[in-house]
Amino acid sequence: MQYLLLIYLEPPAEAPDQAQLDAQMAEWWAYDDAIRKSGVYVDANALEPATTATTLRLKDGERVVTDGPFAETREVLGGYYLVDVPDLDTALDWAAKCPGAKYGSMEIRPTTVFERD
Amino acid sequence: MSGWAAGAGTDPAEAVFREEWGRLLATLVRWVGDFDLAEEVAADAIAAAVERWPVDGVPDRPGAWLLTTARRRAVDILRRRQSYAAKLAVLKVEAERDEVARLSAPAAAEAGPDVIGDDRLRLFFTCCHPALSAEARVALTLRYLAGLSTAQVARAFLVPEGTMAQRLVRAKQKIGAAGIPYRVPSATELPGRLPAVLSVVYVVFTEAYAASNGAALIRPELADEAIRLARILHRLLPAEAEVTGLLALLLLVDARREARVDAAGDLVLLEDQDRSRWDQGKIGEGRSLVLDALRHRPPGPYALQAAIAAVHDEAPTADATDWRQIVGLYDVLRATAPSPVVDLNRAVAVAMAHGPAAGLALLDDLAAGGALDRFHPLHAARGRLLDRLDRPAEAVAAYRRAVELCGNDAERAFLLRCLAAAEHRAAGRGGA
Repeated sequence: MQYLLLIYLEPPAEAPDQAQLDAQMAEWWAYDDAIRKSGVYVDANALEPATTATTLRLKDGERVVTDGPFAETREVLGGYYLVDVPDLDTALDWAAKCPGAKYGSMEIRPTTVFERD
Repeated sequence: MSGWAAGAGTDPAEAVFREEWGRLLATLVRWVGDFDLAEEVAADAIAAAVERWPVDGVPDRPGAWLLTTARRRAVDILRRRQSYAAKLAVLKVEAERDEVARLSAPAAAEAGPDVIGDDRLRLFFTCCHPALSAEARVALTLRYLAGLSTAQVARAFLVPEGTMAQRLVRAKQKIGAAGIPYRVPSATELPGRLPAVLSVVYVVFTEAYAASNGAALIRPELADEAIRLARILHRLLPAEAEVTGLLALLLLVDARREARVDAAGDLVLLEDQDRSRWDQGKIGEGRSLVLDALRHRPPGPYALQAAIAAVHDEAPTADATDWRQIVGLYDVLRATAPSPVVDLNRAVAVAMAHGPAAGLALLDDLAAGGALDRFHPLHAARGRLLDRLDRPAEAVAAYRRAVELCGNDAERAFLLRCLAAAEHRAAGRGGA
């Protein structure tokens, strides 16, 4: 089964000092290396801050483009890993190892496959 | 009393089928990976047995007979489905024919139950998975491990049957769609996962024992189910001290069931109970289990609570209770599993060991903390201690708050009697 491990992080109120930033980046790189080597890795991306987001809807065929959305919750989607693992417990194990679990929270969602006739 | 689980466990034939159904279902879920199909073919197999066994005689290995019957039925149903997933499932179930053959062989007489036992343990961990809501876990466990019907589970939760059916459907969908696995956690994962399983059994028991809503004080059928589930777990995981501790706790508390309510159905406090009505069989079994559980260092919260229950059960009279030992056990419990409810119980024990003033001081601290403000036992305990300290006006206020918050009819009736007595004393004081 494929699971999307969604990483939710609270944007820092003030810029962390360089040493702290380096230490955190080292954790992310270590995780990234481990998951890519493990064989469960399918895809991953980090996202630009939520302030860069744009929303689009079609209303009566017309594009309605707006700034945002700005979530009401403090934690915002910051990136994801897509993994292929046998079951939820294995997905949870990978989510628990992700630094996002420590600095924010992880949402684990199975992908769904539509069968076409 | 026509219980919510009427018929469950009373008729020996039904009890046998219920036991078989639980085992059968657990194995079928593993084979077909689908609760609904497993339920359907398990029910078909039981129906076939009810029809055939009285005529043909009970087979040598009833479990294997049921499994074979259910397996054939599952293959029939899956063949009629056209999807790729169903075709795979047929192959998988066909492959299990060997397993049934192994179970049916005379040599498997001892090995058989273990294989099936493992399936039930798997099912426990699936039904009590932390990715499911707490309510869903209890419902699934009662339905699929205790083998209650959906209507019986609905009565246990005091919700309409349709609501419960929906809740079960949603929970099963989550298990399937989220890929909650059907396996026993590894030895390293077990300590993290076992508490969720034990907590489900404990919740079933506490709901039976201090029904949060409704008329009856104790729902004996629900208490029996909790003990049955704890026994199954203990059989499957005999070396897990907290499983042993939980079974001990349930037995040692349940031993007082008959004495806890008087002839009129009213609550009788521990100190006023007729101890000759305590079930010595359960006490004996619970005591030997708790000794076993306490051998594990450090003792877990269930073992400690069981030890406290055992100290109560061992006292021939309320006055002879070793309250200092109970306070000591609560101290350890507080260090192991701190919670405001543990603090409350400890404060009551301190009042018994060192006098009501010492206990009340602790309760007042707790009340100031606010965490238990909506928990009626806190206010009832304060009322009792204020009464004993001859402060009736304050006792009245505490009892009033307790009555307001209490959802159980029998318990509220008891609190109303306490309130009336305190009001009487307060009025006497005012007149003097």
